[in-house]
Amino acid sequence: MIDFSQPTPVILSEVRQISPTRRELVLNMGPQHPSTHGVLRVRLTLEGETVIACDPVIGYLHRGVEKLGESHRYAQFVPWTDRTDYVAAPSNNLGYVLAVEKLCGIQAPERAQYWRMIMAELTRIASHLVWLGTHALDIGALSVSLYTFRDRELILDIFEKFCGARLTTNMMEIGGFSREIPPDLPEMVREFCRYFPKAIRQYEDLLTENPIWLARTKGVGVIEPEVAINYGLTGACLRGSGVNYDVRKAMPYLLYDRIDFEVPLGTHGDVYDRYLVRIEEMRQSIRIIEQCLDQVPTDGPLMAYESQYVIPPHKNVMTTAEDMQRHFIWVIKGFSPPKGEVYHAVEHSKGELGYYIVSDGSPIPYRLRIRSPDFVNLQSLPYMAQGAMLADIVALIGTIDIVLGSVDR
Amino acid sequence: MEWQRLIVSYIVGFVLLNVLLGLMAYMTWFERRVLARMQHRVGPNRTGPFGLLQPIADGIKLLAKEDIVPANADRLVFLVAPLLSFALAPLGAAVIPFGDTLHLFGIDIPLLVADINVAVLYVLALGSVGVYGIILGGYASGNRYSLLGALRSTAQVISYELVLGLSLVGVLILSGSLSLQDILREQQRSLVLGPLTLPNWYILSQPLAFALFLIAAVAETNRAPFDLPEAETELVAGYFTEYSGFRFSFYFLAEYINMIVVSLLAATLFLGGIDGPIADGVWWLAIKALFFLFFYVWLRATLPRFRYDQLMGLAWKVLLPLALLNIALTGLVRLWGIGAL
Repeated sequence: MIDFSQPTPVILSEVRQISPTRRELVLNMGPQHPSTHGVLRVRLTLEGETVIACDPVIGYLHRGVEKLGESHRYAQFVPWTDRTDYVAAPSNNLGYVLAVEKLCGIQAPERAQYWRMIMAELTRIASHLVWLGTHALDIGALSVSLYTFRDRELILDIFEKFCGARLTTNMMEIGGFSREIPPDLPEMVREFCRYFPKAIRQYEDLLTENPIWLARTKGVGVIEPEVAINYGLTGACLRGSGVNYDVRKAMPYLLYDRIDFEVPLGTHGDVYDRYLVRIEEMRQSIRIIEQCLDQVPTDGPLMAYESQYVIPPHKNVMTTAEDMQRHFIWVIKGFSPPKGEVYHAVEHSKGELGYYIVSDGSPIPYRLRIRSPDFVNLQSLPYMAQGAMLADIVALIGTIDIVLGSVDR
Repeated sequence: MEWQRLIVSYIVGFVLLNVLLGLMAYMTWFERRVLARMQHRVGPNRTGPFGLLQPIADGIKLLAKEDIVPANADRLVFLVAPLLSFALAPLGAAVIPFGDTLHLFGIDIPLLVADINVAVLYVLALGSVGVYGIILGGYASGNRYSLLGALRSTAQVISYELVLGLSLVGVLILSGSLSLQDILREQQRSLVLGPLTLPNWYILSQPLAFALFLIAAVAETNRAPFDLPEAETELVAGYFTEYSGFRFSFYFLAEYINMIVVSLLAATLFLGGIDGPIADGVWWLAIKALFFLFFYVWLRATLPRFRYDQLMGLAWKVLLPLALLNIALTGLVRLWGIGAL
C-alpha cells in the first residue's frame, strides 16, 4: 500500500526498484496509458504475467470541484456537475438539482419530472455505450466501440436538439427546465427507442456468446455479495453480484414509482455478469423512456411555481416589474435556502450518485460533498485483481466503469 | 551456364522483392479500408483517389520523423533489431512458385527465386529467426512494456511455430516432398471421386491441417486475436513502444510482409497455388492470397483478444494434440493407400 505520509517522489523511487531475488517487476500503468480510461495510475507488481499487488493511484484529474461548490452560488454550481462525470452530464445535474430542491422544499412540475426521467435514462444509455465500447476495446474487440459511439451520437443529437450542447449539457436547472421542449423532440426520442433494441442485439451478436469474450470475462474479477456491500459498491458492480439495490426502486425519486421496470441482477459477480447487467439496464431504460413518453403531459409548466428559489420566466422578466426585480436579485445575489443539511442520491449510470449539502442560510453552500459512485467502486480494484493476469487488469478497470473526472472530482 | 541462372535468379528476386514491398504498402491501405467498412467508417479517402496515395504519404511522414533512442536503451541492439525483423520478413517469399517456367529471349526463367528441396523447412526456420528482431528490440528498449511484449512474443512464437510445423507434416506425408514445387505439382493433378472431378488441393484431403495452419499462422504473425505482444490496451505498443519514425515502421512493415508471405504460403500449400479452374497463373495465387489477407482483417474487426495463459493453453492443450492426431491419421491412411497395412 502507499504510505500517504510520505511525499510522492518516494513512490516514484520505489517504482524504479526491482528486487531480483523475488523475481518481481513493478509496472507503472498510467496515468498516460491507452486503457486506464483517462488518467488513472495503477502500480502493478508482477511476477511474470501474474499480478501480485495492484495499487490504484488517483488524483491526476483533481480540480477541487467540491471546494468550487463551496465558493459558488447554488445555481452557479450546476455547470460544474457536468464536468465531474463528463460522459453522463445530465445525470450529475439531476442529482445536484434534486438535492438543492429538497433543501429548498420545492418540486419541479410533473411534466418537467417526466422529461428529467427521459433525459436521465438517455444519459444512462449514452454512458453505458461509452462503457461498452471502451470495455470491449480494452479486451480487444475493436469494432464494438465504433458501433456504440455511432449510436451514442443519436442520443447526443437529442441533447443538442433540447439544449444546444452535446457533452456538458448544463441541462437541468433548479426548479425544472427553463427551456421549452422542442415540438419534434418526443418523436426523435421515440424513433431512437424503436431503433436502439436492434443496436443492442448487434453488440450482443458480437460479444455475448463469443468464446473469446466468455473466456476473458467469465470468472474474472469475482466479487462476492457481502464483499461488494462491505466495499460500498453500487450500481452494476453491486447488482452484478446479485444484490438488489437500485436507488430508483429503494428510494424512488422523480416519478420512478409510477414506472414499471425491472432491476437486472447477476449471479456470479464476475466481469461477464456485470456486462450482462449493464446490457439489460439499457433495455430497461428504453422501457422507462417509452412509458415516460406515454405518460408525460403534452403541455403545462416546466419550471416550479414562482418562488424566491427559482429563476422567473424570461417573458415575465420582460413584462412585469416584480419579476424583473426578482430576476435581478436571483442573478446578482443568488437565493438563500433555509439552514439545514440534505443528502439526495440518484441512480447514476455508474451507481449511487449522492450530493450532500450543508446550508448555513447564505447563498453559498457551507459544505458540498459529492458521493461519486466510481470513486467508491474503484476501491474494489485491488480486491478483484488478486491473482489476476496483467491482461485482466484492463478488463477490471473497464468493468468498474470509471470516469476519472468523477473519481478525482 | 551457371552464371546465367544466377543472374536470372537475382533479377527474379529483385522484381519479387519490389512487388512485395509495393503490395505491403497497399496491404496497409487495404486493411484500413476494409476495417473501416466493417466498422461504419470511411477509412483513408483524402490522399489521392480512394485514398490510394495514403501509403506513400504515411511512408514520407514516417521517414521525416525523429529517430529517438531512449537514454537507457542498449543502443546497438536497439538500432539493429528492427532491421533484423524487416530483412528476414520477405525471404520466405523466395521459395514460393509464381508460375511455370517462362521462356524469354531463349532463356528459361523459372518463376521462383530458389527451388530448394527443403523449402518448407526453410520457411519455418525463417519464422523462428524472425522472432529475434522482436525479442532483441523489446529487450534493448529498456522499457518494461517492451520487455513484457518481447517475452510474450517469444513464448507465443515458439508455441505456435510447433503447431505450424506439425500441421504441415500431413501435407508432407501426402506429397512426399519438402519442395514447394513438388507440393504444387502434386496439387495440380485432378482427383476423380465417382462423378466428381476435383482438384487435388490439400485443403480437401487435409482440412484439419489447414485449419491448424491458419490459426497458427495468425498467431505466428502476431495478428488479432493473437496480437498479445503488441496488445495496445495492455502493453501500450508491446515490443515497439519505444520505437519511432522509420524504425517503428520497419516492425510494421515486417508484420505486413509476414502476413503476405504466410498468405502466399497457405495458398500454395493448401489451395493449389497457381492452379485454377481456367488459365492457371499467378492471378489465381493472388486471388487466394487476397482471400487470406481479407480473412486477417475480418478477424481483427470481429474478435476480442486472448489472454496470455489462454493463448498458451490453446496451443499446447488443443492445437498440438490435434496436429499430432492429424499426423497419425494421415500416416495410417497413407500406409493403407500404398498397401502397407
